[in-house]
Amino acid sequence: MSTAYPEKQTAITGIGQSRISRGADKSALGLTIDAAMQAIGNAGLKRSDIDGMATWPGDRADGSGFSDVGIPALQDALRIAVNWYSNCSETAGQFGALFNAIGAISAGLARHVLIFRTMYEATARKTGFANALNLPGQRVRGGFNWYAPYHTYAAATQQALFFAAYVHESGIKPEQVARIALNGRRNAGLNPAAVYRTPITMDDYFASPIISTPLRLFDCDVPIDGATAIILSHSDAARDLPNPVTRIEAVGSSMRYRNSWTQLDALATQGQPHVAEMMWNRTDLTTADVDVAELYDGFSFHTINWLENFGFCKRFEAGDFIGDGSRIALEGELPINTNGGALSAGRMHAYGQVHEACTQLWGQGEARQVKGEPRVAALSTAGGPLAGCFLLVRE
Amino acid sequence: MTVPRPLPATDRDTEPFWKGGAAGKLLIERCEACHTLIHPPTGFCPQCESRDTAPHAVSGRATVTSCTVNHKQWMPGLPVPYVLALVTLQEQDDVRLATNIVDCDPESVFIGMKVIVRFEPVQDLWVPLFAPLEHGA
Repeated sequence: MSTAYPEKQTAITGIGQSRISRGADKSALGLTIDAAMQAIGNAGLKRSDIDGMATWPGDRADGSGFSDVGIPALQDALRIAVNWYSNCSETAGQFGALFNAIGAISAGLARHVLIFRTMYEATARKTGFANALNLPGQRVRGGFNWYAPYHTYAAATQQALFFAAYVHESGIKPEQVARIALNGRRNAGLNPAAVYRTPITMDDYFASPIISTPLRLFDCDVPIDGATAIILSHSDAARDLPNPVTRIEAVGSSMRYRNSWTQLDALATQGQPHVAEMMWNRTDLTTADVDVAELYDGFSFHTINWLENFGFCKRFEAGDFIGDGSRIALEGELPINTNGGALSAGRMHAYGQVHEACTQLWGQGEARQVKGEPRVAALSTAGGPLAGCFLLVRE
Repeated sequence: MTVPRPLPATDRDTEPFWKGGAAGKLLIERCEACHTLIHPPTGFCPQCESRDTAPHAVSGRATVTSCTVNHKQWMPGLPVPYVLALVTLQEQDDVRLATNIVDCDPESVFIGMKVIVRFEPVQDLWVPLFAPLEHGA
């Protein structure tokens, strides 16, 4: 029986988020402190209750804004004493930090883990060429070095290769792809914290510049300054805390393809199929039980891939599933990216989705609250060989 | 391109690939025991576990597995549009190279297009590029 899986003994007990903006009035660490203190308070805890910390990917110390705050800076700023802490970047996407925290709690190493993700790319881009995969004049190391000489300066150009393969194999129509961006912007209009809230039309989508075919500007998420924090606790402790007990029901963290941005076996589906399969194998729930889905949208086609790989529709049929957008809208049978997603609310890099899933499950979505007291949320992250997912269940 | 190509750091495994163009050869590591091509090169055959590997000159013929026409000028002086592609070598389905498709209209490149290698010397390396086969055969 699937109740034995240890993630079921953990629960999200608190959430916090700094102001999300296209240029912050405080430092990256300042934003992180805002999010962390809000999450600790939201969980009904004190700093002294936190005995574990986790983040993805840790301090890059490169000034790009991709990850300027690591555990040591935040731990020292808050004077938190921990039994266990870890960053991790070679893992199942951004959720790897959360998966590690599940392991730590299950092993008895920690009871309340502060997990955070901070981005400072909006400010970094005002002072330099941020988030560059490759820069002229330097010899490139690491996983992207096979792309180095080919003018692959940004994720958009590289990831467009996956999107092009998907379009080729699925035959999805551009107006179906556009619905992901339009849906996000509509939801962002109901979210006061979103960075882009002005409605966009289909005409606006097709008028937006092509970045790298078939990706248009509105298919790409928005670099921001901001931090998100969540508290993951042992579910025994969660029962004594103010928020509704919201368990991790199942996780998907596998990597069965070649772990490579060039050699990844299935370009059109990215690394997601086995990850979703693992998650469903660890629960008795099915797609029919999911009330709301917060699907990674670093690029619009990531969300499209996840619709298929989670099994909400068949492989290469997401275009028809999306249709005119009504099915994935707030009022639809599967509301997705209810805060506007990374495309319109800003690139909180998967932790925006965690924050929003809890907001919805706790009935605090206000103008964007989905109907019917949602109980089960599906969450996913990342692209290329990176993929991770989990189910959240409010008891 | 007026923006110089960024270059990869090389090591003893990867250097033959990036320097084979000096002799006009696309060198892919091959297992001497079972002739499996190994890319990226590692000195270990994932098929038969042999450590007996060596750079092997392949035909340079490949098929476009995916491609994108980049329109965004990421930095001043970067000529656009240009094609970034993943090509699969004719010799083996699981050997894919990132590359630019050159010497053709960017909009004419398509998935399934047959292409052939050519080399562009940059500093001490020879960068493999690909062009449509009908122009390069």
